Amino acid sequence: MNRRVRQRQRWDFLMAVVSYAMTGIVLFILGAILWALLWNGISAIEPAMFTESTPAPGNEGGLANAIVGSLMMTVIAILIATPIGIMAGTYLAEYGKEGRVASIVRFINDVLLSAPSIIVGLFIYGVVVTTMGHFSGWAGAAALAVIALPIVVRTTEDMLTLIPDSLREAGAAIGAPRWMVITQISYRAAFSGMLTGVLLAIARISGETAPLLFTALNNQFWSTNLNDPMANLPVVIFQFAMSPYEDWQRLAWGGALLITTAVLLLNIFARVISTRNKGRA
Amino acid sequence: MVESVAPALQGVGTRKSRFAMRWGDPIFWGATLFFTLVLFALLCGVIAVLLVGGWPALAHSGIAFLWTAHWNPVTDTYGAVVPLIGTIETSVIAMLIGVPFSFGMAIFLTELCPHRLRQPIAIAIELLAAIPSIIYGMWGLFIVVPLFQHHVEPALKTTLGNIPLLGNLFSGPPIGIGVLLAGLILGLMVLPFITSVMREVFASVPPVLRESAYGLGATRWEVVWRVVLPYCRNGVAGAVMLGLGRALGETMAVTFVIGNAHRLSLSLLAPGTTISATLANEFTEAVGDIYTSALVALGLVLFVLTFLVLALGKKLLLGARAEGAEGEVLA
Repeated sequence: MNRRVRQRQRWDFLMAVVSYAMTGIVLFILGAILWALLWNGISAIEPAMFTESTPAPGNEGGLANAIVGSLMMTVIAILIATPIGIMAGTYLAEYGKEGRVASIVRFINDVLLSAPSIIVGLFIYGVVVTTMGHFSGWAGAAALAVIALPIVVRTTEDMLTLIPDSLREAGAAIGAPRWMVITQISYRAAFSGMLTGVLLAIARISGETAPLLFTALNNQFWSTNLNDPMANLPVVIFQFAMSPYEDWQRLAWGGALLITTAVLLLNIFARVISTRNKGRA
Repeated sequence: MVESVAPALQGVGTRKSRFAMRWGDPIFWGATLFFTLVLFALLCGVIAVLLVGGWPALAHSGIAFLWTAHWNPVTDTYGAVVPLIGTIETSVIAMLIGVPFSFGMAIFLTELCPHRLRQPIAIAIELLAAIPSIIYGMWGLFIVVPLFQHHVEPALKTTLGNIPLLGNLFSGPPIGIGVLLAGLILGLMVLPFITSVMREVFASVPPVLRESAYGLGATRWEVVWRVVLPYCRNGVAGAVMLGLGRALGETMAVTFVIGNAHRLSLSLLAPGTTISATLANEFTEAVGDIYTSALVALGLVLFVLTFLVLALGKKLLLGARAEGAEGEVLA
């Protein structure tokens, strides 16, 4: 073997080591983040966290109001975004296809999908908060819905496009009109994929903080009134973590562990559903 | 799945079903089109709100808003320069870290990784993308800041800080919080996105190309660097642009660790601010119409910036898809 060949092999080996190392570092960081969450958060997870509302500094308390607020706004946001998103995704995949309207809407959806979430907060502030005259749970839910919508549209379209046309043709051949083919055949075949999209949207919005800062704001007290400012986990975590009080910081870690666990479980669950579906098709 | 249609068709011929047969299609088509237009209305609404909300400030400062460095609510002078530079600075640092790492990881996952480990590692990397940004912020603030303050920054100062010119980037007291750390955390956050797009782009390379290069005796690295990379130039550039778009608009992680100082500083160790961090910090506390409006105008600048970057990224990826022919490139 001459020197040139050996040099090339050495270079190849070096680059392989570098890319192994890079992957290793990133996986290590993922581990470090999860470890830090567990280490700091586990001690804050106690029954009081789920039964008491956010305390004043130095007092005992929990995150009950924030957890309930987050759940309420997330559920409302998903209830708004899912039907709209599925209908729009249906249009793109079943009617629009490669047409002019569909490609424009697809581009618009991509813009919405990747628009900074704080801009969504500004938008809802301008539309909902200024109209109502005050911050509210409705505004928070609306902001989350705007973030969830493009995700649902995207996955619905992708999943419907995957359905083979022969299935639709079979439906049409026995006399089913188009709408029936879509609702009875396409939706059923793509169901688990579309469900995955909704689950991912839930995972995404349950950790969103920026759009809630000036829509739902925060609320120190127990409240289920959507017309009032509403406590929510992300904003409480932000506020408590940035505070100098140690008991607040401890609660912030507990909340962070809670959110991350929920988000990661949702992601894994969604992935399991979609791969099981792939295995069947 | 198909047998489920049969019961739905059993009522054919009755009056109710005749209505459904006649009007079902136009109604359903109209409904889907209507909700499609909701997306269109949303985007128009976002642009309109930003324009209308930002207008008073833009009228107040004129186009000079874009190159005024002062940000003083007391005297009502507002300029976008400091947050804009902070946004670009942190995003550039994020790209300097995120791009090589994503490239390395994409190579690892497509070329080097044993098949059995490929899926779990890919999933782990995607979980990194799923972690909410506020968690990155907290982790940065409580775990990385002390590390930076006591170890990394002093080390940077004693090494790079002594080089003339370059040293200016690493001057000032090592407080941990600052532009450098914000950029680093951003880099970590955009990494999974760039990696997953790059992986898909790499996978779109026809196997024939790869195999013929190996057949000529090329090493793995030579195949990646001279065959795969040139073949997916556009796709890789598109992936980087999508990552950049995310980095520009990211809010919470940055707000935690950047220090939120409206100050122009040459040093990367000094606290700074970005457009999104400024909005997160000041919007609810802004008093006075011009102040609020100036913040909305900042939002408009950010929106335009991310829009341009994302449009460019999409265009590059679409071009890559046209070139890649069979390979499906999801953008």
